[in-house]
Amino acid sequence: MIDQKTAMPRRTWRNRNGNGSPFRGRWARLPRSARWASLLGVALLAYLLPYVGSIPGIGPQIVTEGIDWPSALFNISYFVLLALGLNVVVGYAGLLDLGYVGFFAVGAYSVALFTSPDSILNTGWSWLAAVPVAIALTLVSGVILGWPTLRLRGDYLAIVTLGFAEIIRNTANGAEFMRGDRGFGGIPHPPGSLGDNSPIFGVRDATPYYWLGLTIIVVVIIGVRNLEHSRVGRSWLAIREDQEAAEMMGVRTVKYKLWAFAIGAAIGGFGGVMFAGEQGFLNSATFQLLFSILVLAGVVMGGSGNIPGAILGGALVSYVPDRLRGVEIAGTDAFQFRMLIFGFMIIVVMVFRPQGLLPSRRRAAELADRAKEATA
Amino acid sequence: MNSRTADGRQLLEVDNVTLRFGGLVALDEVNFAMRTGEILGLIGPNGAGKTTCFNVMTGMYRPTAGTVRFQGRPLIGRKRHEITRSGIARTFQNVRLFPEMTALENVMVGADIRDRTSVLGALFRVPRYWREERASRAKAMEMMEFVGIADRAGEVSRNLPYGVQRRLEIARALATDPALLCLDEPAAGFNPSEKAALLQLIRAIRDRGVTVLLIEHDMRLVMEVTDHIVVLEFGKKIAEGSPAEVREDPRVIAAYLGVPTDAA
Repeated sequence: MIDQKTAMPRRTWRNRNGNGSPFRGRWARLPRSARWASLLGVALLAYLLPYVGSIPGIGPQIVTEGIDWPSALFNISYFVLLALGLNVVVGYAGLLDLGYVGFFAVGAYSVALFTSPDSILNTGWSWLAAVPVAIALTLVSGVILGWPTLRLRGDYLAIVTLGFAEIIRNTANGAEFMRGDRGFGGIPHPPGSLGDNSPIFGVRDATPYYWLGLTIIVVVIIGVRNLEHSRVGRSWLAIREDQEAAEMMGVRTVKYKLWAFAIGAAIGGFGGVMFAGEQGFLNSATFQLLFSILVLAGVVMGGSGNIPGAILGGALVSYVPDRLRGVEIAGTDAFQFRMLIFGFMIIVVMVFRPQGLLPSRRRAAELADRAKEATA
Repeated sequence: MNSRTADGRQLLEVDNVTLRFGGLVALDEVNFAMRTGEILGLIGPNGAGKTTCFNVMTGMYRPTAGTVRFQGRPLIGRKRHEITRSGIARTFQNVRLFPEMTALENVMVGADIRDRTSVLGALFRVPRYWREERASRAKAMEMMEFVGIADRAGEVSRNLPYGVQRRLEIARALATDPALLCLDEPAAGFNPSEKAALLQLIRAIRDRGVTVLLIEHDMRLVMEVTDHIVVLEFGKKIAEGSPAEVREDPRVIAAYLGVPTDAA
């Protein structure tokens, strides 16, 4: 099946070898326009999610009870964003990063430092003005962490990243200018106002924040896909599969690993920027290690190395605990058991579907290979 | 030394290279030179240091002493990807493809190493991205056609038969536009007809202007295809010369067949 015009094999070829799912094969055979149209449809539906509660029957089952639905959706949106960013680091480049929350914190604190009246910088910028600076700072922090550590592999890298997150948290706790648990208040919301001069991004309804998050997610997905289907993505894959062979083929492994780290960090920073803009307040208690673990669990559960998988996983780790809020089980709030229920869920997924719910074809095959090696 | 068929310019000089791993001397003052356009065979019994010699040349090991010069410039201490970019490509004794990539993607990893599309360029899909991506794709396809596996371009490389994987590795190495291609036992596990086809391929590679360094066990293949042979044993060079000379060399015969007891 060679494209007549260019004499090049088409992408659909990839799916002829029998280890892609039937859905994936059918999807790849759809004409480009049909694929775009369906993706557009999915995006539109995502924008309409705040109104899902008004669908009779299933709607009330979906929406959260203990937390208002738009806020739950906003939580989902930044978790999805973080999962997408971590997916670049873990899923594409194969670098285990356990301290991803550190970048989320750098993004959020950067906004706080430049905008909050409590900050010693006393710059009092608007949220929008602080965004590019905050993203640049997270990018740089990714490079600073990555530069000395990317020579390490596997477990060793994981330990260093874990340390990084702790350094950020301890600095937030201990350094005077970071204000510890007193935190930063009065962080401005994103700009814009409606016809009657009420701000678009207010305090009562989180829906606009969710839409903003969703828009950033769409942009990030496009960017990540562009990278995936370029020499950058090929280099990441080559590094993940056989770093030494990649080097011998002329791939600059340190450079591309560093970029994976920096891009992942910047996306995490976006999450932090959104979070700070919605909450208006943050302190050192916000950035627990658990956060990193949750996002990583989301990526692995959803399907490492696959964008839809990362989205699904990120959404689940945020949605499930929120959905359990205010639900009564045997006279107690199910939210108290959220980690128990959640942990059980992860175990079930990992037992029955170790490659994740929506795995990337390549990753699934790699895992199968490793399992074969382990039993051989 | 015989008159060598190559055009005579020195491409690679291995000069007194010694490599020790602790007490083990893997390479012991090995010397040889390659000329542009020739096919040089590096032979020797198992454990003679052939692959080790490759690994020194391609930057995987750093020798304890000695130098390697490629196109007049020293190679020792340069980064692996720089060595590849400067024009040395290799295949591996045990095939090392990127197993979950398609055959075409594997070759494209080799094909795009001198591209200048930056990460930001790929992110924003600048015109250069499209131009270079198309060029890499075309070059990768051309290489796959050259080695005769273009019809497998879209298949995931781990699913390919062994012989195709071997050829794919050669295509991937050729895609980096090497001046020198090092083949590490490319005929291992091949049947006679596959070996004959490989022989054709090696000649065709040379005819493209690529100098070939060949490690091979199959004596008949080596004798037939090479212009010049270097024989290693226990890390030492024991003989060097044309195939005919090497074939007659008593040390080589002894190394391969063992020394007859009555001659000792």
